Amino acid sequence: MDTNVLFIFILAVFVGFEVISKVPSMLHTPLMSGTNAIHGIILFGGILVLADAATPLARVLGFIAVVFGSANVFGGFMVTDRMLQMFKKKKK
Amino acid sequence: MSSTIALIIIGVAVLFIIGIKFLSSPKTARAGNLVAAAGMLIALIALHKPTGDYVWSQGWTCNYTLIAVGTVIGLIIGAIGAYSVKMTAMPQMVAMFNGLGGGAAALVASLEFLRHAHGVEDVTAATTIPMLFATLIGSLSFSGSIIAYLKLEGKFEKPMTFPGQNFLNGLILLVILGLCGWLTFNATGGNAVTAFIVMFSLALFFGIAMVMPIGGADMPVVISLLNSFTGLAVAADGFAINNLAMVVAGTLVGSSGTLLTLLMCKAMNRPVTNVLFGAFGSGGGTKAAAGGVAGNVKPIQADEAALLLAYAQRVVIVPGYGMAVAQAQHQVRELSDELGKRGVEVQFAIHPVAGRMPGHMNVLLAEANVPYDQLIEMEQINPSMDRVDVCLVIGANDVVNPAAREEKSSPIYGMPIIEADRCKSVIVMKRSMAAGFAGIENHLFYKDNTRMLFGDAKASLQTLITQLKAS
Repeated sequence: MDTNVLFIFILAVFVGFEVISKVPSMLHTPLMSGTNAIHGIILFGGILVLADAATPLARVLGFIAVVFGSANVFGGFMVTDRMLQMFKKKKK
Repeated sequence: MSSTIALIIIGVAVLFIIGIKFLSSPKTARAGNLVAAAGMLIALIALHKPTGDYVWSQGWTCNYTLIAVGTVIGLIIGAIGAYSVKMTAMPQMVAMFNGLGGGAAALVASLEFLRHAHGVEDVTAATTIPMLFATLIGSLSFSGSIIAYLKLEGKFEKPMTFPGQNFLNGLILLVILGLCGWLTFNATGGNAVTAFIVMFSLALFFGIAMVMPIGGADMPVVISLLNSFTGLAVAADGFAINNLAMVVAGTLVGSSGTLLTLLMCKAMNRPVTNVLFGAFGSGGGTKAAAGGVAGNVKPIQADEAALLLAYAQRVVIVPGYGMAVAQAQHQVRELSDELGKRGVEVQFAIHPVAGRMPGHMNVLLAEANVPYDQLIEMEQINPSMDRVDVCLVIGANDVVNPAAREEKSSPIYGMPIIEADRCKSVIVMKRSMAAGFAGIENHLFYKDNTRMLFGDAKASLQTLITQLKAS
């Protein structure tokens, strides 16, 4: 299992590089914001540790992690969408 | 993991990749964001524990109530932040969301580490290393992002430096790495918990110490770097708790974020090490300004400027951070429309690092409904600058400074610029003769074909529009 995950990790590194290599600078901010939303997947990590939390300390820290992760993922996608909805073609 | 779940995760990974791909073209960008969000939703619905149990069918316990409440609170915070933020404050918002993600990554890793430290399961270096990595990177991303946020809000914007700073920071980093090395092989018991807490606190402090010496104008690069850090921390968390979707998503963000950081530095013609350890604008920048500039500054009045614009054939507008500060993007659009009605060809020249974030100008002008095909990137517009009748520079400074081309001793020498000085005439809208962020005199202001229109950009633009409408 571990080597499999490592394998996926290495491939994802190259895909990440390749996929944005031709981005125009006008889209740098939305791209940063969009990828910022994608790492909001850390919400899952928060959910998983909180679901199994057994001590009060673990519940408190897990709860904070869920709040942070949730703000990251939802806020991230919403703010990116708000930015991008303004990129319109010229209407004549 | 059952094969159905594996297939779903593969599908989610593909959605993330397509999402990022779509985000790199203006036509598909919005769809790309939605595709990635859809991937996220599917992954959430299909979420499984490392043991293989389906998360949402475990019976409703107190912990699940906490999950639901926490998610809703986060959703509300995120929504308020996302929809109330002004377009000019966008970089801060991204920094803040990134910091929260980093904090969450550090907390998740810490909880896993503490659980193992109390001897719940066997620990090996292979499980400890990702947890330590995620804690370290996540917490420094958290504190670093908060400092970046405050700097963009205008608090302690100047670089904070003192002698031996890089040495001290290096020492702290060494201690952190030493603790991590020790913890890798001694991950259980009370000492491990103490060492872990010390490491966590030092990492938080290191994030602050790392960003404090960097000037406000370099924050975009810092945010992009911290964004990729958070991605890597999330990927490491994925390793630690055996969640493939997290590994894939985190790694994609980590590597694309690293490339984006390098692209931004390339646009400023500075190596990334110079941004992080150079404390630009505090030392080298001011020294080189002493050279002095020949020529006089020639002011212009608004009515004359309006005439110049009205009878031009081709006008290029160069927006900069000053336009963002004055919130003048709507007036800029109105002026451009007014000129368009008179048959003047209007284009916008966008420097890749104008403003506080690459693409910042695009976002602001898009907010004001300037169609994006009117925005021309620096490399594309520079060759035709000779044929431009009037170049209107609005609140931009360093990105149009010909010193970058002409003066070898200048700290910005070699930075690609928009060659406004080659236009037939240049009107610079500026508040005063103060130097730009880098503290360098701008030779453009002293050229024979340059006229200065002093005053608040918004007010000046308003006057120009009125004059144009009247004539």
